[in-house]
Amino acid sequence: MTQEMTNLGLFIMLAGIASLAAIGVVAFNNAVRSALCLVVNFFVLGAIYFTLNAEMMGITQIVVYTGAIMVLFLFVIMLLNLGAPQLLNEKMDPRRPVAIVLGLALAGMVGSQVLAQLMTKTQVSALDGYGAPQAIGRTLFTEYVVPFEAISMLLLIGLVGSILLAKRKI
Amino acid sequence: MIADWYLHLPAVVQAVIRAILWVLIIFAPIPIFIWWERRLLSWMQDRIGPNRVGNISFSRTSKAVPGFLKGKKFKLYGLIQPLADGAKSFFKEDITPSAVDKFIYTIAPGVALFPPFALGATLPYAPWPTLTPVADVNIGVLYMLAMSSLGVYGVVLAGYGSNNKYSLLGGLRSSAQLISYELSMGMALASVVFASGSLKLSEILKAQEQPLWGVVPALQNWYIFTPFGFVAAIVFLICMVAETNRAPFDLPECESELVAGYNTEYSTKKWVLFMMGEYISMFIFGGVWMTVFFGGYNLLPVNWSVMGEWGTFFKWIGDVQYYGAPAVFMLKGFIAVTIYIWTRATLPRLRYDQLMSLGWKSLLPLATTNFIVVGLWILSTRLISERTSASTGAVLGWVSIAIAIGILAVLYKIIRGVRPGEPVRLEARGIRMVDPVLPVVEVADSAGAA
Repeated sequence: MTQEMTNLGLFIMLAGIASLAAIGVVAFNNAVRSALCLVVNFFVLGAIYFTLNAEMMGITQIVVYTGAIMVLFLFVIMLLNLGAPQLLNEKMDPRRPVAIVLGLALAGMVGSQVLAQLMTKTQVSALDGYGAPQAIGRTLFTEYVVPFEAISMLLLIGLVGSILLAKRKI
Repeated sequence: MIADWYLHLPAVVQAVIRAILWVLIIFAPIPIFIWWERRLLSWMQDRIGPNRVGNISFSRTSKAVPGFLKGKKFKLYGLIQPLADGAKSFFKEDITPSAVDKFIYTIAPGVALFPPFALGATLPYAPWPTLTPVADVNIGVLYMLAMSSLGVYGVVLAGYGSNNKYSLLGGLRSSAQLISYELSMGMALASVVFASGSLKLSEILKAQEQPLWGVVPALQNWYIFTPFGFVAAIVFLICMVAETNRAPFDLPECESELVAGYNTEYSTKKWVLFMMGEYISMFIFGGVWMTVFFGGYNLLPVNWSVMGEWGTFFKWIGDVQYYGAPAVFMLKGFIAVTIYIWTRATLPRLRYDQLMSLGWKSLLPLATTNFIVVGLWILSTRLISERTSASTGAVLGWVSIAIAIGILAVLYKIIRGVRPGEPVRLEARGIRMVDPVLPVVEVADSAGAA
């Protein structure tokens, strides 16, 4: 009983921080603040994965999103120097209510699909060894080896293409 | 070794005890490191350095001094200097510039301090699985990489929040530098992970306690003794200096160009937090380097359990090694910090283009090649061992790795090497000619033209 209460408390804490940060991403009109909220959100999401016994997934979340992608985001924001909040202060325009309605509709649609699935689940965390590095590596290089290699080729093409775009004259 | 009451505690309390022990281990040596850096650096630069704080001279004539102390002098060689610096920083006026982004400016030192503290949670400092590491998760090395990748935020936020051009430039430089060097660092670690077959730092240590090169059971197979481990250790050393923003990679706080870089606007306690984070991460990266390549808490590359069969003396040394492991770990961290300081005293700061070309054009290809060599070694060793005996497999594995390195060296020579008769391209060696060298005009010619 106490174990469950602790787990629930921890989850509510982490999920609360993550949701607040997610709201902050869209609510702040300062680009750096929004990006920082996104960082917090990604990091706390990684922590939630940790509590679910999915350490590999959590650490991948932190390495890839918090450690790499968001650093690039911040880098670009700071390079463009979007510090001044008034730049992003949009005026009230008729698209906003439509966007709110559509957003709510999307949230409702996704929520109805996901919640119905989740309501019946009782297992609080992944089994031991589920999503361990060994298991992921084995699956990646046996069952999914073709898609894996295809994605690596795609990334390579993207890399070469971006270099070609950035350096017109090689 | 471990008292029973510890094992009967709830898991959470055990974890807290482990974390507190780890914080003690990383906090205790910091004043020593600060003192050591100042003294060693001044010795290397032919200065004296702080040698006064803490010296006590008793009066020769006063009645308040007991007889045996009269006129005595006690030297502490300035060991109290870090405490004096700390006290000073707390009593100085804390200046916050008026134009800063208050929130970001205030949280930045805390954000900078978080990764160094979190970094070592998977690092074992002794062969006591119940007390260390704090969390022996099966993603140890990845966790460390993840935490070190968060280190950029403190610098970037400080640079942005200060609302100062120099600070912003420092932050930008730092983010580019850290991203570039993380890749090579990851590749260097990956080759070791590949060789030991586990991401757990404790398993990597166990793999290093195997017989040396698979054939000498009395000695330990530290990765620094293997060719791929040696290359990876050098790459990791360079990358860890770059990751901690230390000289010669201290471009984020480069005095000659950026005043003090990202921490220009910081003073007193906040500045001290940055410095503390830097020293802690130096120590822990040093500890990781020593753990991954130098056998961690083992002082000498000797398997005392194997040697113990030859005499009780060796067994006794093995016991000393077992109980003195934390001291050995701290000694090794200290050696790594000394290397940091020595590098700082020796090498001039890199220019930005040199920094980038070193990271992307030299270290990353080197680390990747190393990774491929490790793969070949594992493949050949396993294949041969399956057909013959384990020791034959080990020996032939080394032969095949030597051949692989030879082939790669020849390929490198063909691709990048200078052919005879071709002029030496200085840019290829990392020297960029900013001004084209003026053509030498012979006097007779110019006179003739005039």
